[in-house]
Amino acid sequence: MSGSSEFTHPFQAYEAPPLGHSSGSRLERVLRQGRFAVTAELNPPDSANAEDVFEAARPLAEVVDAINATDASGANCHMSSIGICSLLTRAGYGTIYQISCRDRNRIAIQGDVLGAAAMGVKNVLCLTGDGVGVGDQPGAKPVFDLDSISLLRALKTMRDEGAFLSGRKISSPPHLFLGAAENPCVPPLEWRPERLRKKIEAGAEYIQTNYIFDMPVFEAFMARVRDLGLDKKVFILAGVGPLASARAARWMRSNVPGIHIPEHVIERLEKAEKPGEEGKRLAIELIQQIREIKGVAGVHVMAYRREHQVSDIILESGVLKGRRPEGSRRARTTPGARSGREAGDEVSSASMETQPSDEGVR
Amino acid sequence: MYRLRLWSVRHSRGLERLYKWVEGTMVALDPLFSRLGYDRVERPIAFVERNVKGLLFDCEMCGQCVLSSTGMSCPMNCPKQLRNGPCGGVRPGGFCEVRPWMRCVWVDAWSGAQTMRNGAWIEEVLPPVDRSLKGSSSWLRVAREKAAARRAAPVRSRARAIVARAFSGARRNEPASAPLAEEPTSAVNQEAQR
Repeated sequence: MSGSSEFTHPFQAYEAPPLGHSSGSRLERVLRQGRFAVTAELNPPDSANAEDVFEAARPLAEVVDAINATDASGANCHMSSIGICSLLTRAGYGTIYQISCRDRNRIAIQGDVLGAAAMGVKNVLCLTGDGVGVGDQPGAKPVFDLDSISLLRALKTMRDEGAFLSGRKISSPPHLFLGAAENPCVPPLEWRPERLRKKIEAGAEYIQTNYIFDMPVFEAFMARVRDLGLDKKVFILAGVGPLASARAARWMRSNVPGIHIPEHVIERLEKAEKPGEEGKRLAIELIQQIREIKGVAGVHVMAYRREHQVSDIILESGVLKGRRPEGSRRARTTPGARSGREAGDEVSSASMETQPSDEGVR
Repeated sequence: MYRLRLWSVRHSRGLERLYKWVEGTMVALDPLFSRLGYDRVERPIAFVERNVKGLLFDCEMCGQCVLSSTGMSCPMNCPKQLRNGPCGGVRPGGFCEVRPWMRCVWVDAWSGAQTMRNGAWIEEVLPPVDRSLKGSSSWLRVAREKAAARRAAPVRSRARAIVARAFSGARRNEPASAPLAEEPTSAVNQEAQR
């Protein structure tokens, strides 16, 4: 029996990425071409139904280059990141596989990464993860066998050396675009850029930040990042999201780890007649300000329970400049109609050659 | 002890010097340890190390001490046991996400590193902890590593070789963080043996 005949839709051979690329993912191509990239977070369903995943993904795919599948964020249990990514990549969407060190040890993580790559996942985001105490099952055992930075180096070793941390060879190493998170607005503020440098050193090629609501703090961070020359070594996507109301903002600030919202932002929501609309307006303004900061390569929209606003926020901010992310072509096709490759590969690997990036290989 | 741990970070420069001296002494004693057998000296030395470092740093005896790279603030006291810097959840004022009454181990580490001669070591990417070495003496491990490097002893473990290569910078500064030398039986899986 030949391998591919077992599948209704045959998988293609695991191909090497284009020259100068780590993975050849859509997100990586957009970033290396010097375009302003847009990513967004998908809220994972509490369900075993694949259609719930596609339903959540469809409105995002119209406006983003890749969809983040969170890995039990805030230590709350939902459908797994690897499950969501494998459904979406096989349906042709660009995905970012988030890996948190909280729930799995190095054996599980390395194995999952191979599995994810085999299913077409090309972008990963390496995270430490929130403590179990803030989640829905605070009695769980926290793992933290690796940290985000040693995880980055472990995956880089798998990709570049073709070996597990045990030294055992990997016959077909995964092609991965390695990402990490950064939180520029929480202490120790003065060391955050240095920590970013360490992540780059460990293997990070792109960064998605936590929510930015405090522009002066973020600008100071970016100034230091530019002084260290880090914006030339890594693509930074700034995190933005709509707030629902002043009350919700206060709740987030005191209950979700790592969220810094200045008082004036909350006051603005308090005074607004329609706080929901004001929150959206604020997100759009933040994106427009962030876009002007030198060294920022894109935005990452996180809209917990406000997914319906994501498309409007991105379109109204004008960051796409009329560009239609390749995800949109996929959004209307039937799930499962695609192979393990990311859709649009053919189109853009050809256009890549005619559009050399002036920034070269970062 | 928490207070003493904070004191240690404030006096990181002096403790760095003391630590270097202890390490140097251990390395110098390698011929003696070799003659007696590292297997036999493991428990008594580990006992002393556990008590001294337990008092000064709230040491957890991970067996792969990297205090010189972490501003003399022990990263095993981080509830997430992070080895490479603070997480994104640090609270206003530099307090821990998981234990809000405790100062973030890594905020302290970074300030401790500022006064140290080798403070820049904090920028090196450290490997994950080898959990099978918990409970063993890190001092003896450094002595073995340095002696083995001098002898250019062959590396027998493929796993250790790849970790040492993938984290070569860390190994240069802290040989015990990515050890290559052969381990005496009493230094591996001590916790499990007990």
